[in-house]
Amino acid sequence: MKLLRMKPGHGEIVLAEGDVEVPEQERELIEAFRRELDAGMWAAVPTGTPGGRREAELVKSFAEVPREAERVIFFPRAAGGAPGATL
Amino acid sequence: MALALGTGAILLVVLLWELVRPTLKRAVARGREIWSLRRGASTLSGYDPGRERRAEQRARALLRSCVDERDWAMYRDLGFLRVWGGLGERGRGEHASYAYLIYPHKPLVAYVPQTGALLNEYCVAFPDLSRPYGSSRLPDSDDVLAKWMALTADERRLVADANMHLPGRQIDPGRVRRDLLRLTRWEQERDRDPLGRDRRGSDHAATLHT
Repeated sequence: MKLLRMKPGHGEIVLAEGDVEVPEQERELIEAFRRELDAGMWAAVPTGTPGGRREAELVKSFAEVPREAERVIFFPRAAGGAPGATL
Repeated sequence: MALALGTGAILLVVLLWELVRPTLKRAVARGREIWSLRRGASTLSGYDPGRERRAEQRARALLRSCVDERDWAMYRDLGFLRVWGGLGERGRGEHASYAYLIYPHKPLVAYVPQTGALLNEYCVAFPDLSRPYGSSRLPDSDDVLAKWMALTADERRLVADANMHLPGRQIDPGRVRRDLLRLTRWEQERDRDPLGRDRRGSDHAATLHT
């Protein structure tokens, strides 16, 4: 499993990577996961529906991440409002 | 004799140090000031087109790996994504009662696929307050992916966090209508086989029929 974070001026960075079946690696993943949530990030797991359509799932704790998930993507939480330029 | 010379040398060094110390202090302070000014200026004008381009390339690759092949092609060709609304009576999917257009760093635009009527703009941003390169703005494709993930995962929450406005507040409605027409044509082209027949059947409701 890889924990990725979107970053301005960079694109995604790999925060942690490991096998959830290996306790030590899982612990590192959990710590990195908590750090990001504490920093105010949202965590999403890209998933697929039975119909084949791709979606995402927001997770609030590492326990909610499906064990078979390959990636968790962290991104800044949503805030209302956006720059006022017109297309 | 040696003791007297040694003492004299030490006194000389101390006197010299006392004379030079204020000048050195001022020079160090000035150096620090110049360094901090230069650092501030480089932060303000820290825009690096090459770095931003590489960031956008990485973001596009990530977006592509997360969305359907069709959605990726839509974004690549048209510059926006369509996400079906999931809170209506008909649920999410091609027959949804409403849908959103996702533009990079612009509000979400909700519309009725069957008529093309524009419903609302939902102003939402994902500012990274750590500002790693002096900006809180994600690359364009990361912004689109963040909106796509938040919409498909928890539409109600995203809409609640957004500021809702009538159409036209930030995005020109004419531009959106043109984009809906482009989308319709794009889907018709894509769904047509080499003989010109609709690959998806005659009952397929694309987006906006004109």
